[in-house]
Amino acid sequence: MTPTIAILLIITFVLSTVGLLLLIWSIANNQFSHGQAAARTIFSPGEEGHSEDPARAADEPFTGDTSEQTAAIEARWTADQSSRTAVLTWLSSSVFWLLLGSFFGLASSIKMHLPEFLTASEFLTFGRIRPVHLNAVTYGWASMAGIGVALFLIPRLFKTPLVGGKYAVIGGFIWNIGLVLGLSAITLGLSDGEEWLEFPWQIDILFVVGGALCAVPLLLTAANRKVEHLYVTSWYLMAALVWFPFLFLIANLPFAFPGASGATVNWWFAHNVLGLWVTPIGIGIAYYMIPKILGKPIISYQLSLIGFWSLALFYSQVGIHHLIGGPIPTWLVTLSIVHSVMMSIPVITVAINHHGTMIGNFSRLKDSPTLRFVWIGALMYTVASLQGSMEALRSINVITHFTHYTVAHAHLGMYAFLSFILFGAVYFIMPRLTNWEWPWRKLISLHFWLVSIGILIYVVSLTVAGWKQGVALLDAAMPFMNIVKMTLPALQARTVGGALMTLGHLVFAFHFIAMLMRSGAATEQPTLFRPATKENAQ
Amino acid sequence: MKRALAIMVGAALILLLATLTLVVMPYLQMSAEQVPPDLKPYTEQQQRGRQVYIANGCVYCHSQQPRDPSFAPGDKDRGWGRPSVPGDYAYDEPHLLGTMRTGPDLFNIGARQPSIDWQLMHLYNPRAIIKGSIMPSYPFLFRHVDEPAEGDKVVNIPPPYGPETGTIVATEDALALAEYMLALDHTYPAPTLPKKPPNSDEPKENRAP
Repeated sequence: MTPTIAILLIITFVLSTVGLLLLIWSIANNQFSHGQAAARTIFSPGEEGHSEDPARAADEPFTGDTSEQTAAIEARWTADQSSRTAVLTWLSSSVFWLLLGSFFGLASSIKMHLPEFLTASEFLTFGRIRPVHLNAVTYGWASMAGIGVALFLIPRLFKTPLVGGKYAVIGGFIWNIGLVLGLSAITLGLSDGEEWLEFPWQIDILFVVGGALCAVPLLLTAANRKVEHLYVTSWYLMAALVWFPFLFLIANLPFAFPGASGATVNWWFAHNVLGLWVTPIGIGIAYYMIPKILGKPIISYQLSLIGFWSLALFYSQVGIHHLIGGPIPTWLVTLSIVHSVMMSIPVITVAINHHGTMIGNFSRLKDSPTLRFVWIGALMYTVASLQGSMEALRSINVITHFTHYTVAHAHLGMYAFLSFILFGAVYFIMPRLTNWEWPWRKLISLHFWLVSIGILIYVVSLTVAGWKQGVALLDAAMPFMNIVKMTLPALQARTVGGALMTLGHLVFAFHFIAMLMRSGAATEQPTLFRPATKENAQ
Repeated sequence: MKRALAIMVGAALILLLATLTLVVMPYLQMSAEQVPPDLKPYTEQQQRGRQVYIANGCVYCHSQQPRDPSFAPGDKDRGWGRPSVPGDYAYDEPHLLGTMRTGPDLFNIGARQPSIDWQLMHLYNPRAIIKGSIMPSYPFLFRHVDEPAEGDKVVNIPPPYGPETGTIVATEDALALAEYMLALDHTYPAPTLPKKPPNSDEPKENRAP
């Protein structure tokens, strides 16, 4: 394939030149000089050293020692309130889709070991409820919660009230309509037939429009911003909101990519949904929450920027590792494997920042539910990503491909990493938006332990069984049905884990609704600027 | 604002590059790939069966892509067939390569189980044929009648899996799906598959599946 190699060489050349020009541009524009000053932009004046942790019981919130500092905190409170309607629209919807997606996931899991469970109706057959689960939790829960948290962070990061929040509210409605139509289409058997792209393309237009509408307040608020530095979280959020509509549009172009090239587009997209959509949102949130709760800036700001650009460069090309051994050109697979391994660079830079900032503060995990969720999420990002790089190697992939191992890996990423960070963020955000504290903190702990034990059972059982399944599949001396029987205990264990997770989500949703309704007694902490009359109730 | 725009444009350019290498170039290369002369286009009924396959999500448990025996010997040894090549999928829209093998690969199921009665009985209740199978039953693809009408395709289900009285007949969807299964037969030679280098024999002795 001489022309292919020639094109690759040309691209490499162009890429290095562009990289060099970017480097020169950024040095000329002082991009690297901010260093730790930029890392401190998330704090109000005088706030550094004070923890902001609205879900926690014990500590006094920082309201400023001088009038200037108090004014800054009040400005932040105004900024928080400005995004209220938009954020609550997206978050409330996401909690609904989380519950729906959990029940469909649980039912799919039960069907894997009880094949006669709910087989009478075509609408509840395994091959339809499984994609309903995936799409509900990916586009309903993870994407909507991610956008909701992003909308909350935008005014905070730019230190100015959200401009154009109504576009995001309209976007949220359109997105929800898309989900209802899309999930109904799958249930009715109208799936497009490709994993992660099941929604019929006509419905996908709604997601492109809904997502693009969320970019409007981002751009308007960015234009209005009162900070000089763009904190790294805003880099991730801006990039993610550029990437998603673009990706979703190309991957859904109807009938453009037939046959085997359709598979490459399918997996290019499916991995980019993880790499360029939910991952930047998850990492970006952790980059904000961890230092904010600890009251201490991240340890290396420059490193965070290297992490950002290397993530963009490497993650965008890893998708074809889903087709190792498949009917596609070898150079393509190799390209994706190389990039998958190179992903360890952004992963390690993010790990140094997230976990390095935590060093010396691990005791805070005990009393801060937000930090516990967010940091464990960040830790699982490191684990899942390094595991993913390993899985892309041909020698490992030949075993793990086509097995439950991959399913465990996917949940490690989408759940133990992303969903944990989103849970933590919701616990942080809601008290600030509703000016009310979480009524029953024990429920936060209950939620944490249910989902933690649940995902642990889930991942461990399927990882072990999947590996054994993969080894056995390579050896034709082992009859296929024996392999099926071998995996059964793990499939049953997955149902137990999944049930615990679903139970945890019920607790979470109940608490979330109680928060929206301002249930429970007004207790002492940690709401800023609550009307003084309520301060002493109870 | 300049810096915000720079980040967004930079991010878009990087994705553009990835689109070029992972979408455009493979498409150009693979659409030029030769279609095996023995590959037949799907009939209307088989195409309908393919839609039933998609609608009921068979792809979530079954792949259609045997790997090269020098890479993953189990695929060929289990009788799943020679490694597939891009040309084999020339008429597949959308692709159904699959990523999961909860059940076996189906690239050559039509060659392995060429009987339509086997296929229909297996769809009605997989456990009627394969003990311990965890594949779901698809009763909604069949009709339960007292007396089969003229032209009905009767499916004889061995007890205790069938109904106590009456007969099970296949719907048009079931017949189409079964016909699609039978069409999944890629045992013809693939002209684009690289010829074996002289010093490498069959990677493993051929075990009977």
